[in-house]
Amino acid sequence: MKDEIKIVMPSKSSNEGFARVAVSAFVSRFDPTVEELNDIKTAVSEAVTNCIVHAYRDTIGKIYITVSADDLNIKIKIRDYGCGIENVKKAMEPLFTTGGEERAGLGFAVMESFCDKLRVRSTPNKGTTVTLLKKLKVKDDK
Amino acid sequence: MSVKIVVNGEVLTAFLDGEIDHHSASVMRSEIDSAVEKNMPTMLILDFRDVTFMDSSGIGLVMGRYKVLKPIGGELHITNASPHIHKVMKLAGLDRLAKMDR
Repeated sequence: MKDEIKIVMPSKSSNEGFARVAVSAFVSRFDPTVEELNDIKTAVSEAVTNCIVHAYRDTIGKIYITVSADDLNIKIKIRDYGCGIENVKKAMEPLFTTGGEERAGLGFAVMESFCDKLRVRSTPNKGTTVTLLKKLKVKDDK
Repeated sequence: MSVKIVVNGEVLTAFLDGEIDHHSASVMRSEIDSAVEKNMPTMLILDFRDVTFMDSSGIGLVMGRYKVLKPIGGELHITNASPHIHKVMKLAGLDRLAKMDR
């Protein structure tokens, strides 16, 4: 049976660190390299930040995180019921941001480059689901 | 304190500490900017030796400081970034805005 955890948390920026730590604690059981774990933490941080900064821009809503492991295939689903994205393709372009001056517009670019696969499904006014897939490398016997 | 500022003549060094994400970046930003405003340095060094995590909010932090320094003719340096932080910065092409020590 595949392993799975679920986290539900309010979209407060103080929870960004918790989301990273919770996901990485789960993934740690599957013996990732330091680099793989950092990649996952960073991608999760980007997705959760998007929920806080964009999906629930002027409000606090719930963020749903599901992490599952099927052998060495890690799947992380981050879902919100916020404002949704009108144009997903445009939102995913590097440097595109509606988040103001101090946002680099690289959230999706980071997720894409640090994971093996990124899926974004969004409906305006309904919400967004981001799915991150990362296949951990098989380690040599220690 | 998430940032320790050391001023040495016209060189201002900001030692960043802990995790840089959307939550922590705004505090770091205002601490660095008020020190820059006060000292008008010709060089700002962002020292990442004690930074344990960084996502794209850190990229925004670096790009934003580059913009603050440009009108006063200051140069931006990035030092002691871990391999992971380096990887995040490289993705954004920050090596074109700031001098990086590796």
